Amino acid sequence: MMNYVWVGMIVVSVVVGICRGDYSALAGSVMNGAAQAVELLVSVLGIICFWSGIMEIAKESGLNDKLAKIFSPVLRLLFRNIPRDSEAMKYMSLNISANLLGLGNAATPFGIAAMQELKKLSDKGETASDSMVLFVVMNTASLQLIPTTLAAYRSTYGSKSPFDILPAVWVTSTAALVVGLTVAKLLCLKGKNPVEKHKREGDFLWSS
Amino acid sequence: MAFFVVYGLVKRVKVFDVFLKGAKEGLKTVYIIAPTLIGLITAVTMLRESGTTELIASWVSPLAEKLGFPEEIVPLALLRPVSGGGSTALLLGIYEDFGPDSFTGRIVSVMAGATETTFYAIAVYFGSVGIKKTRHTLLAGLSADFTAVVFSVLTVRLFSPA
Repeated sequence: MMNYVWVGMIVVSVVVGICRGDYSALAGSVMNGAAQAVELLVSVLGIICFWSGIMEIAKESGLNDKLAKIFSPVLRLLFRNIPRDSEAMKYMSLNISANLLGLGNAATPFGIAAMQELKKLSDKGETASDSMVLFVVMNTASLQLIPTTLAAYRSTYGSKSPFDILPAVWVTSTAALVVGLTVAKLLCLKGKNPVEKHKREGDFLWSS
Repeated sequence: MAFFVVYGLVKRVKVFDVFLKGAKEGLKTVYIIAPTLIGLITAVTMLRESGTTELIASWVSPLAEKLGFPEEIVPLALLRPVSGGGSTALLLGIYEDFGPDSFTGRIVSVMAGATETTFYAIAVYFGSVGIKKTRHTLLAGLSADFTAVVFSVLTVRLFSPA
């Protein structure tokens, strides 16, 4: 899937760039893009390292297990085939707690650790398992109790009540999450029918 | 964060040693996701700077307006799933032009607060464990984003009509 999307983005950009006759913008965008990516990597490097260290402390001190207990009822419903006491469950709980609290930077290392655990439980090699798909979709629809960064932007630009959008944000992100998870669940079922369909079709369109 | 560290100390964990061990793992993770991110972000930047995003926005805008969506939100709705930095720039641009408490300003606030950079999340999470076939993750993620766009307009209408 990502193969087609990636090639598509590049080809379309080049075609549009040529049609508009703006060659220098096109050439510049490759340089800018690569530089921006490295800037982003450098800026997340410190945060990811730091929170990975904190995460290790949480693990050693047994805090992971406690947080996992809070979210396990919900997670068990979504991830039926992941063992209740597995490390994967614990990291997924930590990831969700960090997301809810608006600690997006902390959520990423927890999420990556969860993915590594989910991979250990999967026998599909380089293909994503159903649980991985669900978990990543959960992370693409950000469920946040208090979007602090957003409120900060709003007040910077002179908002009289930076937080009055909160109910709308909650309803909207819940709706997005529900739709995302439903689509993911439905397509997981479709993929399994009749005999691991996506395996036979290989790298083909949406199923890949 | 202080809570994590103090809790660890209370539980007699060698906090700093354990921290270093974890941070080293974090370094490895960044190393693993770097190529994925560079490839993807470069393609997204090409899309934006070649004028493709604008072009698509100009096609979608009339349709959006017919449905009662302000056309100013279209570029943000398109860019939100692919570029975190780009969409923040657009968001702040709209705050500047219309004000954060305007109808459009509130819609884009809700949209920004309720969505994530879908492409970034997919690249980082699958990239970090070497998964190449992401199956229907993108489709599901984008349907969530689309839902967020529709709901941001609906909820702002409902909760705080201008």
